[in-house]
Amino acid sequence: MENYLLLLIGTVFVNNIVMVKILGLCPFMGVSKKLETALGMGAATTFVLTLGSGSSYLINQYLLGPNLAYLTTLSFIVVIAGIVQFTEMAVEKISPPLYQVLGIYLPLITTNCAVLGIPLLNVQQKHDFFESLLFGFGGSVGFTLVMVLFAGIRERLEGADIPDIFKGSAIAMVTAGLMSLSFMGFSGLVKL
Amino acid sequence: MFTALYVMAGIALVLGAVLGYSAIHFKVEGNPLVDKIDAVLPQTQCGQCGYPGCKPYATAIAEGSADINKCPPGGEDGIRKLAELLGVEFKPFGEGAAQPKPKSVAFIDENICIGCTLCIQACPVDAISGAAKQMHTIIAAECTGCELCIAPCPVDCISMVALPQTIQTWKWQYPVYTMRQAA
Amino acid sequence: MRLLHRFHGGVHPDEHKRESSELPSARAPLPSKLTLLLQQHIGAKAKALVQAGDQVLKGQMLARAEGNMSAAIHAPTSGTVLSVELHTVPHPSGLPDLCITLAPDGADKWADHAPFDYRALPKEELLAKLRDGGIVGLGGATFPTHVKFASGPVQTLVLNGAECEPWITTDDRLMRERAAEIVQGIEILRHLVSPSETVIGIEDNKPQAIAAMQQACANTGIEVVTVPTLYPTGGEKQLVKILTGKEVPSGGRPFNIGVTCGNVATAYAVHRLVHHGEPMISRLVTVTGAVKSPQNFEVLLGTPIAELVQCAGSALPGADGYIFGGPMMGLHVSDAQLPVVKSTNCIIVKSPQLFPAPPPALPCIRCTRCAQACPADLQPQELYWFAKAKEFGKAQEYHLFDCIECGACAYVCPSHIPLVQYYRFAKSEIWAREKEKNAADAARIRHEFRLERIERDKREKAEKLAQKEKAALSAAPADSAPVAATPTSSDDAAPASPEQAVIAAAIERAKQQAAQIQPKNTDHLTPQQQADIAEIEARRAHIREIAHQPTESPKE
Repeated sequence: MENYLLLLIGTVFVNNIVMVKILGLCPFMGVSKKLETALGMGAATTFVLTLGSGSSYLINQYLLGPNLAYLTTLSFIVVIAGIVQFTEMAVEKISPPLYQVLGIYLPLITTNCAVLGIPLLNVQQKHDFFESLLFGFGGSVGFTLVMVLFAGIRERLEGADIPDIFKGSAIAMVTAGLMSLSFMGFSGLVKL
Repeated sequence: MFTALYVMAGIALVLGAVLGYSAIHFKVEGNPLVDKIDAVLPQTQCGQCGYPGCKPYATAIAEGSADINKCPPGGEDGIRKLAELLGVEFKPFGEGAAQPKPKSVAFIDENICIGCTLCIQACPVDAISGAAKQMHTIIAAECTGCELCIAPCPVDCISMVALPQTIQTWKWQYPVYTMRQAA
Repeated sequence: MRLLHRFHGGVHPDEHKRESSELPSARAPLPSKLTLLLQQHIGAKAKALVQAGDQVLKGQMLARAEGNMSAAIHAPTSGTVLSVELHTVPHPSGLPDLCITLAPDGADKWADHAPFDYRALPKEELLAKLRDGGIVGLGGATFPTHVKFASGPVQTLVLNGAECEPWITTDDRLMRERAAEIVQGIEILRHLVSPSETVIGIEDNKPQAIAAMQQACANTGIEVVTVPTLYPTGGEKQLVKILTGKEVPSGGRPFNIGVTCGNVATAYAVHRLVHHGEPMISRLVTVTGAVKSPQNFEVLLGTPIAELVQCAGSALPGADGYIFGGPMMGLHVSDAQLPVVKSTNCIIVKSPQLFPAPPPALPCIRCTRCAQACPADLQPQELYWFAKAKEFGKAQEYHLFDCIECGACAYVCPSHIPLVQYYRFAKSEIWAREKEKNAADAARIRHEFRLERIERDKREKAEKLAQKEKAALSAAPADSAPVAATPTSSDDAAPASPEQAVIAAAIERAKQQAAQIQPKNTDHLTPQQQADIAEIEARRAHIREIAHQPTESPKE
């Protein structure tokens, strides 16, 4: 139990996939202009990551086994692509405005390095099924957390007096760097 | 090797089945985005964007075949709203393209009007009152200032009158204050 | 003993009330001309009933209320109407508005007017009399009194005698001098809304006013409550919170929590109307600031402030402008010909010593002193941030429209930012956009209806045509019989279908018409003409012959 809790906290804060592992930066930069969009993206990624993480583990463990280990990347990608397609259809049905605003970034979850990275890390770190699920869920919660924080900061930056040369992506990059610095403060919280 | 193929084919089949089912189950009819864009547009129906009305322009934007900076009556504000709605970058009006003009309404010079009803047929919001061989007049409250009635008039009796600013239409201006300069 | 509550925030600016509060109020002399705005109230502009050249009596209605949310305008004195045209008015825009100018004739002759028994009238009639008497809220908002008091029974009737803004002392003097009449006015208001309790709130910097009102309210059941001096205690929502402990909900009115609040001067005006038959033609105005003898005056509405300032002994040298109202919320003007209107409770003559120019603004340091001072419990620094960035959606999320524009935030700002200007800009921008959106929606509906109408017309035309054709076809078999009987040289077989029968019938009709045409001018022909005719007829006969021969097949 304690082990699982430590794993969760570690994945959300200490080894945050965006801020510390520097994975999944594409939607982080692209979808974080508004709070509602960031939240929606985070929710979609959580769904995809958790499901993907779990099913990837099952496929790797039972379908591929030790002989077909070379098929991990390929099969993971296929599964993730399928789940993302399903998520896309679900989002379009449930919330068309969110679907419109997320735009191209929704199918781009497929190419999100975090979404592939977490299952591969699961394999590398030899997590069992529940740990895989938790790792995937924790990773995506960390992703959502950072997205929401960043979107909040960017919304505030909209009204600020930024020098013209910094407006747009430049100030966003600077902010992301500063956030990453701040997340370094968590190191040492949990030894994983 | 064949196990590898079977495994991959198996995964593909399962995923295909799931996706096929959900494609039917989650089918979305129509395109509500067009209505959302149309709600932002100013409904002048003037055609300055190059489309015969606001709904066609909205459809074109939704399809991606039209840019968001084509609507002068919406002003820069309208472009910003569209940019926000669609999640794209704000784009100012083109250099040679139509620019926003102050709001005006049409006015028919009744001495010249011959009662031909050509302007009535042209008005997209039915803001002209009249009939064949009867005097025509603009219902100023409904006129959107689209200027579509000016061209058809054979005797050139319609002109645009800029709306004067009255106490009722006045609004506070954006405060501009000189800040103290650092010594 | 009533338990008092506190509202959030508030500030303590210097009061400057003793300058004008110690002299009794005087009657201002008849001015040289009067300018009466048709819009001296919230709601629809009054409709002028007079025109240039009309002779009017004092108290005569010059403009009637337009609709329910409106109030009438009356002549403050007898005289001649000079014009009904646009004049500059006390408005931040500086734009002109419709006014009736009146030249007094000096006789000050009253029109017929008489008191009436308000208890004998049904409530609707009493309210109509208030409207036609031009009674509006004199606390500064000029909300038509008959609309406010048409609400029906309430729990608490609050009378606002707080007068929290610095420099202003008009309500103070009114309460000191005319307490009994105010109470009579309150009785009428009580009759309208039947409250369970009636409370007058007076700030503790007006001890004589409190004493006078307490004396007048003895045995009436009206409670006179002393409230601590704090700006803006006189704000409607703030006073209600202090006296009742209830907060008016965001975006709501005191009526939503069973409270109605009116100013003591409004109660006095109601009394004058009901018990003396006098419509609203004058009010008490404080003239203070850089003048020789600051004082309160009973001023006729429409008096130019230049003449009013003369009553106070003329402006001191160095005076550079006027404020309509108080220093926190008032309108700064420089035109001395602007008239006194119903909302004018004070004219302050400005001078650089009394009102130095504000220092240049600095950037916001987010010290939140403004949030601490805000009586509406808002976040002025956030509202400033969003108004500056024109993010109106977020500004509304932070309850921009609950701002009462009291100026307490700007008063405490260490960076001297003119915060209220930003909120006013944001509010008017949002209202303008809403107006535009409503206009656009209306235009869209009209456009869609027009498209539908065109479709409908097309459909109806097509249906009519189809029906006509059907009718014609069903009548056609009766016509085709005589057609078949008459032998025609160009016919082939008998007509096969009904359409052909219709066509054949049409051809037959045409032939008959052609046959009926007789050549004209055939009498008295000269021999040459007869020869020409014979030649033409011969040619025609020859051509007819050729036409009826079978055509030769073209040679290959």
